[in-house]
Amino acid sequence: MSLVTVTNLSVGYGAEPVLRNVSLSIEPGEIVTVVGPNGSGKTTLLRSLIGAVQPGGGRITRKPGLRIGYVPQKLHIDQTLPMTVDRFLRLPGNTSKTSSAAALDRAGVPALSRHQMSALSGGQLQRVLLARALINQPDFLLLDEATQGLDQPGSAAFYQQIEQVRQDTGCAVLMISHELHVVMSASDRVICLNGHVCCEGTPDTVSAAPEYRALFGTGTGGALALYRHDHDHHHDGECNHGSDKAHSDKKTEAAE
Amino acid sequence: MLDDFMTRAALAGIGVAVAAAPLGSFVVWRRMAYFGDATAHAAVLGVALSLALQVSVFAGAMAVALVMAVIVTLLAGRGYAMDTLLGVLAHSALAFGLVAVSFLSGIRIDLMAYLFGDILAVSRGDLAVIWGGALLVVGLIGWRWSALLTSTLSADLAYASGIDPKREQLVLTLALAITVAMAIKVVGVLLITAMLIIPAAAARPFASTPEQMALTAAGIGAASAVIGLQAALLLDTPAGPSIVCVAALVFLGSSVLSSLRT
Repeated sequence: MSLVTVTNLSVGYGAEPVLRNVSLSIEPGEIVTVVGPNGSGKTTLLRSLIGAVQPGGGRITRKPGLRIGYVPQKLHIDQTLPMTVDRFLRLPGNTSKTSSAAALDRAGVPALSRHQMSALSGGQLQRVLLARALINQPDFLLLDEATQGLDQPGSAAFYQQIEQVRQDTGCAVLMISHELHVVMSASDRVICLNGHVCCEGTPDTVSAAPEYRALFGTGTGGALALYRHDHDHHHDGECNHGSDKAHSDKKTEAAE
Repeated sequence: MLDDFMTRAALAGIGVAVAAAPLGSFVVWRRMAYFGDATAHAAVLGVALSLALQVSVFAGAMAVALVMAVIVTLLAGRGYAMDTLLGVLAHSALAFGLVAVSFLSGIRIDLMAYLFGDILAVSRGDLAVIWGGALLVVGLIGWRWSALLTSTLSADLAYASGIDPKREQLVLTLALAITVAMAIKVVGVLLITAMLIIPAAAARPFASTPEQMALTAAGIGAASAVIGLQAALLLDTPAGPSIVCVAALVFLGSSVLSSLRT
């Protein structure tokens, strides 16, 4: 049975819908990546899956007893809140000191347990957040641009670790990423999102799909074109991302 | 032993400090200081209403504080910044409270006693209310401690762990209303926020975990109450403000110590 099934999910803040008619499901043990331009609803999708956003329409069905691990995009810890890494890892739950130490070991930062959370570097914080997400042996791990602020070797190591975690624990992983080259090598399945699901499938299928190319371009594996993408292109009812002339003209303007 | 008014006053001060410490820590962490002010100012209206309706001051103050909390929660996120909203509500509630008091011509009420508290006049019954309230607040916060901490860190992390941060916010609001209502007699409306925030802020440099901060704050608050009362007796100063002055001096000392350490 699928861990999570999303049927015709619609979410809107105010009048403008952020997500419309999104359907997807996550199977045990697979690594799925969500890609899409800014404002395409990626984070909203993740937040709906953890229950932080009430769906305006549609349904989200979780497998009964599903354990979720969540790594937020960033976590700001107020200076006024004293919090050691060890205490943070054992929150909430009844996690023991030994399992928090083991989790830090696994995350590659064994020496941090007595450090203050607010004194961690960006890379250390991401690893601690991952350690906390893994501490209760989740069946389903969600990561929202977890490598933001990491340098290239750091983020490569981070993704290797995700892969390792999947092998060790068999949990499913759903992540948002902007690093398309990493996505293409590290995922079993890619979902291309722009308010709705534009296309999905294996990395090869998706990178060859016209919808994906319309969003991310073809050159440099899409990595560069991402930042040139024109966000206000129109969808005429159906998913029609044909690279018509008007569209590519706009793209050039945006690049200039 | 309870016959001595100084003993009753000290016990009352310690009771308030014990409830204010964990609650005040959350007020500091969540930047809700102004929320404490608003609740406390609203309590003046509660005092006036309870005298008019002849119910206990504790009940009246708590009811109005709760209504205030609900109004703030409902109005939040409707186009006004939180500080604007709280500013409007806090001062309107205080003004309406003062106006309402002026209508109570039949009853003589010493408004100063509610603005600045009258800890030396605490009766055995008051002590029971204060300690009952303190135990309730500590029990409530202790029961929800982990969930409250998680939602304070990040609402999304809370949701992912199956905690509803809105419900936890409600728990805090409830605890705040109880604390304000029980502390009116001791430190008064104007100084309640001080007892919430100053001990917690003074405890911050000495704490490396949230639990340490709350416990240290309780210690600082209780010590301030006892020392402040003695000072008031010795120097013939008003008791409630003296307690807050001692807490403020501890805060000063702790700030100096922590800046010397780094």
